[in-house]
Amino acid sequence: MRLRLYLTFNIGNITKPLIWQLGRDFSVITNIRTAEVKESTGLVGIELDGAEEQIDAAIVWLKSEGVQVEPIEQDVIEG
Amino acid sequence: MSTSIVRALKCRECGHEYEIQPVHVCEFCFGPLEVAYDYDKLQGKFTRELIESRPQTMWRYKELLPIDGDPTVGAQNGFTPLVRARNLEKALGVSELYIKNDSVCYPTLSFKDRVVSVALSKAVEFGFTTVACASTGNLAGSVAANAAAAGLKSYVFIPHDLEQGKVLGAGIFGTTIIGIDGAYDDVNRLCSEVAGKYGWAFVNVNVRPFYAEGSKSLGYEVMEQLGWKAPKQVVVPMASGSLCTKIHKSIKEFIQLGLVKDNGTRMYGAQATGCSPISRSVKEQTDLIHPVKASTIAKSLAIGNPADGFYANRVIRDTGGWAEDVSDTEIIDAMKLLAESEGIFTETAGGVTLGVTKKLLKQGKLNRDEPIVVCITGNGLKTQEAIMNEIDKPRVIPASLKAFDELAHAAGIEI
Repeated sequence: MRLRLYLTFNIGNITKPLIWQLGRDFSVITNIRTAEVKESTGLVGIELDGAEEQIDAAIVWLKSEGVQVEPIEQDVIEG
Repeated sequence: MSTSIVRALKCRECGHEYEIQPVHVCEFCFGPLEVAYDYDKLQGKFTRELIESRPQTMWRYKELLPIDGDPTVGAQNGFTPLVRARNLEKALGVSELYIKNDSVCYPTLSFKDRVVSVALSKAVEFGFTTVACASTGNLAGSVAANAAAAGLKSYVFIPHDLEQGKVLGAGIFGTTIIGIDGAYDDVNRLCSEVAGKYGWAFVNVNVRPFYAEGSKSLGYEVMEQLGWKAPKQVVVPMASGSLCTKIHKSIKEFIQLGLVKDNGTRMYGAQATGCSPISRSVKEQTDLIHPVKASTIAKSLAIGNPADGFYANRVIRDTGGWAEDVSDTEIIDAMKLLAESEGIFTETAGGVTLGVTKKLLKQGKLNRDEPIVVCITGNGLKTQEAIMNEIDKPRVIPASLKAFDELAHAAGIEI
């Protein structure tokens, strides 16, 4: 399974090497495609490749670290 | 003449081009893809006379919509009235005001019928037999209805706790409705994953570049209905922000093709205060769109993290327009004003657009002495709960003339 996501980092987690840790702790290939990192906020467009349960677990972990995880389509639900 | 002039899908960020196919993001930078055309092929051939000779539907501009040949879905859609709103002009103190009334758009009474008919016609061209969307209202109904008429199988994804009335608006068309139990962002991600995995045409995901182009037809119609003139000021409701960018694109296209003159059109965006990430970014004069958790009665505009927010912001600022937002009370007041002055019953999104128009006039951001077009995009029958307690209750009397005489006398009615 390959999933494309935007990860938003905040001032509390922006200095942590979370993407390195994600690649080390889960069987997921990380492929950064776009990134903009400033002092207090960071936006990373990333592709995750791996088994569905590994990707799901990785997303749960990212959220537990305070990272906002969204599909690259942003809000899909419309009125 | 119906030769397609569609050239490619082009990334709005890095400019990379792709062959026409059901994809929506750039493989290189994740930027959104947009349909690009070879306008030169139409020079001198796509004339006012040709357009006027065709049936009054959105497809009279088919060369500028991204399908090959004639539409297979929604062939009757579009060409809604442009109403000169003289009573509203007096109420607001403006010289010339028009309502583009998509609250009567065929067949499901919202402007979504425009985008859905393009998306589904393109889906049929691509060979899809199943279509889908994620929606809490108008989009769901439109996909379900247009798919039913076209003989396509459809799936509609909704939050599991959506009101029964809204479920009915899609369910009647025989679609399969799937209620998802989960947080809003999880539902978004699920829909994105389903679109990627199941080989369906997900109208606002993998066929979004084509879907979004359907909004341009509203702009073409306004220009033709104004007597082949570009509007001076346009007020547009914003959810994802796509409609604002596409109306602007439609105006640029007509200017480029010599169908109208450049009138220096200014674009104005309207949101509800309870979900105003785009208007906030315009007012703060920044490019950054800060996602919000939506809380407003204008549910059809409740997109907290709008995909086209950045682009709508840019169009508004580049054209010299502005954006504003209004409270739920102001939304209801504007819905009543439109109904009582022009006989048009709009949904809450229309209340947002007219409410913001009033506000921008007070601020002097909209010019009272120049024509204004207000885009009303959905029908009030769909959001009755919002105004249920806001209208006068019937005065009940016995079935006798004497009782009516007494009521008439009390009300000061003279024979």
